[in-house]
Amino acid sequence: MTALQLTDLTVRHHGPRGPVAAVDGVSLEIPPGTTLGLVGESGSGKSSLARAIVGLTPVHGGRVLLDGREVRARTVGDRRRLGRLVQIVLQDPDTALDPRMTVHQTLGEAATVFHRLDRRARAERVTALLELVGLNHRFADRLPRHLSGGQRQRVAVARALAVEPGLLIADEITSALDVSVQAAVLNTIRDLQRRLGLSMLFIGHNLPAVCYVSDAVAVMRHGRIVETAPTEALLRDPRHPYTRTLLASVPSLRTSLPDEGPS
Amino acid sequence: MSLPLRYPRSPMAWATAAMLASLVVLALAGPLLWGAAADRPDPAAVLQGPSAAHPFGTDNLGRDVLDRVLTATRPSLLLALAAVLLGATGGILLGASTAVVGRRARRLLTGLINLLLAFPALLVAMFLAVVFGAGADGAMLALAVAGVPGFARLAQTLAAAVAGTDHLASARVLGLRRHRLLWRHVLPNIAEPLLLSTTTAAGTALVALAGLSFLGLGVQPPGYDWGQLLNQGLDRIYAEPLPALAPGLAVLYAAVAFQLLGEVLAGGVARRSPAPRTPAAPIATSGPATEGLVLQVEDLTVELPTPAGVIRPVRGVSLSLRPGEIVGLVGESGSGKSLTALAIADLLPDRARISRRTLRLLGADLAAMTPKERERHLATGLAMIFQNPASALNPSLRIATQLTETVRTHRGTSRAQALTDASDALRRVALPPAVLRARPHQLSGGQRQRVMIAAGLMVRPSLIIADEPTTALDVTVQRQITRLLSEIRRDTCAAVLFISHDVALVGEFCDRVAVMYAGTIVETLPADRLSTGTRHPYTRALVASVPNLTADRDRPLPTVEGALPEPLAPTPGCPFESRCPRRRDHCTEQAPPLEGLDAVHRVACWNPVAAEVVAS
Repeated sequence: MTALQLTDLTVRHHGPRGPVAAVDGVSLEIPPGTTLGLVGESGSGKSSLARAIVGLTPVHGGRVLLDGREVRARTVGDRRRLGRLVQIVLQDPDTALDPRMTVHQTLGEAATVFHRLDRRARAERVTALLELVGLNHRFADRLPRHLSGGQRQRVAVARALAVEPGLLIADEITSALDVSVQAAVLNTIRDLQRRLGLSMLFIGHNLPAVCYVSDAVAVMRHGRIVETAPTEALLRDPRHPYTRTLLASVPSLRTSLPDEGPS
Repeated sequence: MSLPLRYPRSPMAWATAAMLASLVVLALAGPLLWGAAADRPDPAAVLQGPSAAHPFGTDNLGRDVLDRVLTATRPSLLLALAAVLLGATGGILLGASTAVVGRRARRLLTGLINLLLAFPALLVAMFLAVVFGAGADGAMLALAVAGVPGFARLAQTLAAAVAGTDHLASARVLGLRRHRLLWRHVLPNIAEPLLLSTTTAAGTALVALAGLSFLGLGVQPPGYDWGQLLNQGLDRIYAEPLPALAPGLAVLYAAVAFQLLGEVLAGGVARRSPAPRTPAAPIATSGPATEGLVLQVEDLTVELPTPAGVIRPVRGVSLSLRPGEIVGLVGESGSGKSLTALAIADLLPDRARISRRTLRLLGADLAAMTPKERERHLATGLAMIFQNPASALNPSLRIATQLTETVRTHRGTSRAQALTDASDALRRVALPPAVLRARPHQLSGGQRQRVMIAAGLMVRPSLIIADEPTTALDVTVQRQITRLLSEIRRDTCAAVLFISHDVALVGEFCDRVAVMYAGTIVETLPADRLSTGTRHPYTRALVASVPNLTADRDRPLPTVEGALPEPLAPTPGCPFESRCPRRRDHCTEQAPPLEGLDAVHRVACWNPVAAEVVAS
């Protein structure tokens, strides 16, 4: 379990007309063992935020604190210290896994980043990791192209969990999946939260999916957090007009179509 | 040589293999068989022309030119290969490492590669050959160094693609060390194209090395390679062309062999999926037209040849739309919903083969038309809206051109009239007429999709097929687009076929829903029955697996266990049978037909879910 605290985090990208603040002074907190959902539309800066936390994107201002200690990712040594605490699972199931490595090789490599394991211990660890994400150990010998999108994303989750991080960041991991497959991945995430007591940052644009796995939800727009609230409170009583627009835009089979008026 | 085994039918592969084998044999055996003869001077036969004893003549010491050319195979090939291997290794390491080093180092390396590329390779090689000193090793090293920038740039470009992948980002976050990232994750994924270009470069290096030797910068006497021999023979090329031509031909032969090898390997990579063409389906007229239907499709089947065999991603689909109706076609990836739409619009890839009992648009039989008539009928009666508005619009043309193109071509509308119509169409999708002068990149994703809809409206279509039109858009924009389609339907009475994987969206915005699974329609029902009145087990599972905002977070979401049936080995039974909780023995034997439960609800299932309280 790891606590994450962001204070005034700013990330800039180079745009055609000078630097653009993708993340603009964001402050967030994830208490240990809880899941924060982060929703927002494309271009709102969700992914830049996630990548900045794990050191894939440079931070231009503000602080990232993990368990109260400042995070740096300048050298490989820094990154290895960071990697033991935080891991990330990314969006695209097509490139999530190295196409030339079997599941066993991928997971074995991740499991031996910080520990030496002999052949048998490694095989056991791979089996345990696959079981953790609800996959049969027979998947170990497959190449990514012989896995479905949902299975690939679950292997990617297992790879991230191989180093036993305290915080897992899931960046749109179900966005490219079919609904029935998304349901299975969301169930896996719920299960992991219970069994491992992980802290999580679950990023997505699908509000129902994010709410399903999150204790609290932050709504992001144009690089800023416009509202943060416990999930039930946010659904019951959204304060910010943008949050209300988002909630109203979610198609649902169980409510009737709102009156068609000017948008 | 595994080449001819992998591509046994290609004569070029066989020829290449034979040429390479001959080169290898010559390089191995040449010096042993002819080495002694090649170095034996014969004062009695100096500077002779071709004869029976010396087919290519002799040189100024009376040595046999043919023997010398054959013997020179080994040094010529070895030097060229060494130069290429050294240059490729250096260049690839330099270029590929840009994917794994830090930001600052990457900028430095990129700058270095750009700088090196600014110098022409052959000039660099000649300059360095002089610096390193004339001789075989110097020339080889010079050529290797000169080849580095080219390989570095290629490797850098290829590695940049790998560097952008999620798996490399994950490997980085895992804390893998740089050399491991390079060896394990970058190089294996870019090896194939690099190997191809190395092969081709070997041919070039052979020629370049011969050139250096020819200029006296390469192999020095008494050593000799093909370039050297060419140099010696050239003095008397007007008197005796053959002694000069022989080494030239050898260079040509070897260079062509390497180039061909590159071609064959590249062709093998490109043709890894040789898809056989299928003959065109025999034209048959459609079944009888039903009055008052915009679209009438009966028993539509699409066959696609793949390397492993012919698959049938759409099997016996029947659909009909009335004017002003919005029908949702919902299914997950691989269900065949998009191919169904493409088949209706006659946009399937050439190798696909479609068969149908009936395919009528506005009552007119599309099967009975000539291709030209069909194109015209489709262009004026049907509008397609695609998933990705970014790639559906031509980035180099102004919106005005793209909107007016169809009506000016098919209806002969004047330019002024077409422009007036275009601004009307834009107004209808809530965009200002100023957008006419914009280019696609100046618009947002939602605006582009509106432009696509406006382009569709220009022809006043009777049918709009929207293939996942909102999937690439944000939820708030998605709501605007569906609302817009509803308004258009209301105003113009066009029918809309709305294709989506999002069952909640379809249920909310369509009148009627057809659910596809594994190429067949398993259920059609009024949209308001989706939440409680579904009868097919798949539809029910699909609806249940959608999380909604009120989902109980302490209970797992229902999922559909198992996977889609293998497309290459279709079973005679129900395609959903292996995943179905309600299957019976009968389900494996025969596929259930789509049968009407009542006037508006049809289901293809032997054992449908019992009806709950059906809202009427």
